Amino acid sequence: MHDMSTHAVPHGAPTSFIRKHVFSIDHKVIGKQYYALALVAALVGMFLSWLMRIHLGWGSFAIPGLHLLSKNGAPGDVMTPEYYLQLMTMHGTIMVFFVLTTAPFAAFGNFFLPIQTGAEDMPFPHFNMMSFWVTFTAFLPIVASFFVSDGPTLGGWTQYAPLSAIGSAGGPGEGWGVILWATSICLFCIGQLLGSLNFITTTLDMRCKGMSLMRLPLTAWAWFITSVMGLTAFAVLMPACILLILDHVAGTSFFVASNLVINDQMLPHSGGSTLLWQHLFWFFGHPEVYIAIVPGLGIVSHILITNMRRPMLSHRVLIYSMGALAALSYMVYGHHMFVSGMNPVSSLAFSFPTLVITIPSTIVVLIWLGSLYGSKLRINSASLFSLGFVSMFISGGVSGFFLAQPSIDIMLHATYFVVGHFHLVMGVAAMFGIFAGTYFWFPKMTGRMMNETLGKVHFVMSFIGAYCIFMPFHYLGIAGNVRRYQAFTDDYLIPLIPVHKFITIAALFTGLAQLIFLYNLIHSRFWGKMAPNDNPWEGTSLEWSTATPPPHNNFGDKMPVVYHDPYQYSVEGASADYVMQTSTEQLKNTDEEK
Amino acid sequence: MAKIFAVTIILIAIASAIPIVMHMWPMPQDISTHGYLIDEQYTDTMWEAGLSFLASQFLLAFFIWKFSSPKPGDKIKSFPGGAKGLVIAAFLLVGTECLALGVFGVKAWASVYFTAPSANALPVQVQAGQFAFYFRYPGPDGTFGPLHPDKISEANANFFGLDTTNDPDSKDDIVTAEMAIPVNREIHLLMHAKDVGHSFYVPELRVQQDFVPGLDVTLHFTATKIGKYEIVCTQLCGLGHYNMKAYLEVMSQEDYDAWIKQQAALQ
Amino acid sequence: MATTVHEPPKIARRLPSEGSGNGGWRNLAPASGDLRRVKDSSPPPASTGIWVGLAAITMSFAAFTSAMIVRQGTAPLVHITLPPILYLNTLLIIASSITLELSRKQIAAFMGGMRDKDHSAVPSRWLYVTLFLGLLFVAGQTLAWIQLKSQGIGLATNISYSFFYVLTVAHALHVFGGLGGLIRVIGKVHNSVLRRSTLDATSRYWHFMGALWVYLLLLLWMKL
Repeated sequence: MHDMSTHAVPHGAPTSFIRKHVFSIDHKVIGKQYYALALVAALVGMFLSWLMRIHLGWGSFAIPGLHLLSKNGAPGDVMTPEYYLQLMTMHGTIMVFFVLTTAPFAAFGNFFLPIQTGAEDMPFPHFNMMSFWVTFTAFLPIVASFFVSDGPTLGGWTQYAPLSAIGSAGGPGEGWGVILWATSICLFCIGQLLGSLNFITTTLDMRCKGMSLMRLPLTAWAWFITSVMGLTAFAVLMPACILLILDHVAGTSFFVASNLVINDQMLPHSGGSTLLWQHLFWFFGHPEVYIAIVPGLGIVSHILITNMRRPMLSHRVLIYSMGALAALSYMVYGHHMFVSGMNPVSSLAFSFPTLVITIPSTIVVLIWLGSLYGSKLRINSASLFSLGFVSMFISGGVSGFFLAQPSIDIMLHATYFVVGHFHLVMGVAAMFGIFAGTYFWFPKMTGRMMNETLGKVHFVMSFIGAYCIFMPFHYLGIAGNVRRYQAFTDDYLIPLIPVHKFITIAALFTGLAQLIFLYNLIHSRFWGKMAPNDNPWEGTSLEWSTATPPPHNNFGDKMPVVYHDPYQYSVEGASADYVMQTSTEQLKNTDEEK
Repeated sequence: MAKIFAVTIILIAIASAIPIVMHMWPMPQDISTHGYLIDEQYTDTMWEAGLSFLASQFLLAFFIWKFSSPKPGDKIKSFPGGAKGLVIAAFLLVGTECLALGVFGVKAWASVYFTAPSANALPVQVQAGQFAFYFRYPGPDGTFGPLHPDKISEANANFFGLDTTNDPDSKDDIVTAEMAIPVNREIHLLMHAKDVGHSFYVPELRVQQDFVPGLDVTLHFTATKIGKYEIVCTQLCGLGHYNMKAYLEVMSQEDYDAWIKQQAALQ
Repeated sequence: MATTVHEPPKIARRLPSEGSGNGGWRNLAPASGDLRRVKDSSPPPASTGIWVGLAAITMSFAAFTSAMIVRQGTAPLVHITLPPILYLNTLLIIASSITLELSRKQIAAFMGGMRDKDHSAVPSRWLYVTLFLGLLFVAGQTLAWIQLKSQGIGLATNISYSFFYVLTVAHALHVFGGLGGLIRVIGKVHNSVLRRSTLDATSRYWHFMGALWVYLLLLLWMKL
């Protein structure tokens, strides 16, 4: 009798267009759908950043056509103060949720985790399909909020209470805008939980013969660790958003204290806690930023190894470091709240794990650098973006060092220093991880290569451009330039406006580079040079052992059997400079993990 | 390509360091008694962060330059000490750095938060509301009258909701739109939020503290230099957030006495 | 009258020495290449999956709990009297866990080939009882809310009632999910396609709902 208990639901290949490309339970299609969603979101988010930057550099500039997007927000095409904040809020929300949580984790992870573990599909493919469609649905309220009369919410992606909880008394967009935002986030949480369920069970239960945990590639480990974080973090954000919605629609006062007065009217709320929102939000929020970066750590490691033709100095150390980052990420969240009014002893308590988290981050960078030493580095778009990631991760990590200390945070909190820090790690490094993954896996996903020249142009422009944008943010912050200001009217800020103009120009230049990438992506998809074979980068992990693109059940009629660690490159005495995981070649002179 | 990239990294690293080294956009001058501890902490951190930044970017560039053009017979080399050495280095270097900064940083933080205001500190209340700061001085009786939120009326310039008819302590309270303080006198700042979250930031004073609706927090500091400074709001409070500010005037004791008398007459 | 022979449900038990493809073999030594045998079987995905789901639910209720605690840190929570029917509902849900375990053991024995001489069909009576008790629980909770409403007490009456409603409604919604799972199991039993792992996973979820309710009741009773 055939043992059915542990198979993924064996599903035959679908035939109709809808089942193949729309409501598909195939993890590869779901991965591509997530990628497409992230791409659209990234373009929207980037466009919003252009609008913001133009306004910051030239506040009274009439951006042609802006009144079409919002006649209240941009009468005569000049952005109002509230519209700036609304665009800023949408920029943050869209980028953090729909790009950084989606592309590195849900897009690449969905496509490649089952393949790298040697599975036919994820164990709950219908939940997986639901996870994409729920995430897609979550995007709709965000888009819709642009078109309600008051516009989107203006409270920042962090939506601090009471501003976010008191309704339209707080300002434009604070009524329906907040409700739409919170609804979107609740839906997003559900999508993430369904996704995490599949990632975790795939990694633990669906590995093929010979694939021990230590034989999983670093990307698989990164996705696994990220999915555990996602499970626990998003499960806290959803209750927070539910309580926020209740404060709006049900007259509760979870986040609104008593005796508050706005526009000379007493607010009807009483008994709520302002800081409660911050605690709940940041308990989610800090792991969230690690959710955004850990897949990148895995992807970059994976790509660098392939292009260095040698494994990292220690596979385990990288895995333990990623795990340590994930574990510590729950203990540091209060560093967003150093001057929030919470107990100053708590601030000190949070600062220590925040400083300690520097250690695994440093270990990761040192392992990368140490592995570069003595390697045979190949330069291509994927490896360039991976190396660029290393540089950006160093820069962003170093600025975090300042913010980890409460006394220094007194000066730098809520300034452009913070904005520079998180853009370097999230807006640049994590994006570089996505680009690297795209250039690297494009041949496997589509059977074609992306244009290398355009890729290199994209890289150089983005690398230089990003530094030109975000390094100056740190100088502005040190000088005391407060963030989330739509214009700089204070005496001490006016002299800094020329710096903002420089940054805007750099931002538009860098934005142009992304359009080159977009062109390359679309053009190569249909007319790119065919990939020379199933393994153009001479990689060792399971994705390179299967057809291009992989068949419906990933490996055809023969499930893979794994004999080797994931990164057997440049092994002494081997028949080639790489030995695939599925190769039956016996190796001597290696210290294989397991 | 690799060599160009390596050189680019180095140039960018150096270019990033120049504005810091040349103090092109320096931190505003310190006019507080406790700020030197924060500034010391900051300078120490900048040295360590700056050197780590330069060293690691240079190393990255150097390795890219050196190892990106392998010749056919080249063998893979292992970094001396291997992973173990690097892990130990990370723990020792970063660990001690973090511990040092963390432990020494307690002093700077404690000087702001773990010391009580002195008995003769001048109490000043600041109220933050969309989109202005208002200040209240207790007047000759030295006590603040109670706040009645239901009596707040911007139209009638009763910003704090004082009931001067029925509350004797409120009668001599002085409400202003500007904050003036005597130099070298400790101030005990009582912070009250009227509506949503705001924050009180004066870079020169080395203070930044959020207002918490529903929880009155306090701060104390001493200004050491006469001049006019800006108090700006740093917590997003609505569309007027960018414009929410007030002037802080640090005056000599005589000038301050004259000012407060003048303000009292205007009530 | 002819006796109808019912086939036992196709329950597959995990036999470590069998299996093929995914989920069956993991680290059993392949024929050649580097070999080290670490584990030779792993749990069925439904089993891991339900733990994952329960972890998420735990985190959510932990968030609600910490919301109460943080809020209590700023000002004491107003005392409220819990509607007495809640205690009856507690007994109902505990009883439903007991009946579910009875059912599970009975079905497991049936799958194992041991048939009660009176039952040639899959024993599902206790499953129905569990479902019934679960429905009674939800009805009882609804009654509690209706009782409060008739006293003019609602979600926004005060912060304590806000938490009361949020916790009890959130729990009840998750119980609905559990009821759905039970119905699904009953359906599969009758079509003879129930997997052991599905039964176990559903049971685990249901027991968790009971334990969660006891925890919530204690929390509400102690804090409010």
